[in-house]
Amino acid sequence: MAGTPLPESVELLDKLVAALKRRGVLVEEDIARCQTQAERAQPETGARMVARAWLDPEFRALMLRDGTAAAEAFGVAMAGAPPLGVLEDTDRLHHLVVCTLCSCYPRAVIGYPPHWYKSAAYRARAVREPRAVLAEFGTVLPAGVQVRVVDSTADYRWMVLPTRPAGTEGWSEEQLAAIVTRDCLVGVTLPVAENARIAA
Amino acid sequence: MDSPDPDRPATHDLGGNPRFRCTPVEPDDDAPPSDFDKRVDAVRSVLREKGLFTVDEMRFNIEALHETEYFGLTYYEKWLRSVTAVMVRKGVITWEDIK
Repeated sequence: MAGTPLPESVELLDKLVAALKRRGVLVEEDIARCQTQAERAQPETGARMVARAWLDPEFRALMLRDGTAAAEAFGVAMAGAPPLGVLEDTDRLHHLVVCTLCSCYPRAVIGYPPHWYKSAAYRARAVREPRAVLAEFGTVLPAGVQVRVVDSTADYRWMVLPTRPAGTEGWSEEQLAAIVTRDCLVGVTLPVAENARIAA
Repeated sequence: MDSPDPDRPATHDLGGNPRFRCTPVEPDDDAPPSDFDKRVDAVRSVLREKGLFTVDEMRFNIEALHETEYFGLTYYEKWLRSVTAVMVRKGVITWEDIK
């Protein structure tokens, strides 16, 4: 849920941090370092992984076999983070990622999850009526495409490898990465060639 | 935490929950995390690095929140309560520290 924390929560955080410092558990630099690392994780990394997979069959095979290793190949520090699994869309199958029990998300790779991903409505409805949820994101799948909803867990995080859209033939990795948004990596939208931010 | 009625899902078990059947998902509900949010997340990461906190402890203590708090607090406020509860329970800090 989005929103402003209660004053008592702000106070609690200050007291918690002060106590942890006083007792020698951590120093301010530890917090700053972890925050910098968290801010470094961005959807663009996942987008670049997808673009590489579209162009390089060997990387594609690695990404589907071992998403963690594929993320590490892009410089993501995965030590301590839950493993990454990658779900391959096809012309007949679309994946949608949710976490019904909490909000598990491949943070280490693509950063802080959006608020809607953590919302009760998304968590409750994605598994019950995925096509209705997709429609709220403006996504209508072609007839005949099956939807597979995948529930992330605390121990395993999922990301989608969407199908490469028509109209992107001959594009560079950079051009391809530019049409893969965070929402494509969760499966609520599809990459489209018209969204190109870099002229083809 | 555990629901007294085994046929009734626990508060956090939201998959398919009819209560939210008519609540639209808001794709625009996309504000970046606040400084408070990022700081809670960073403290959590530091404690994980130091071997003082696991994701299972995080979840267990969030799932233990009363329904009012579970749905009333912001996401990172729930994290903060979970982290704090674990630190107290492990004796890393005391209740007096945070009173």
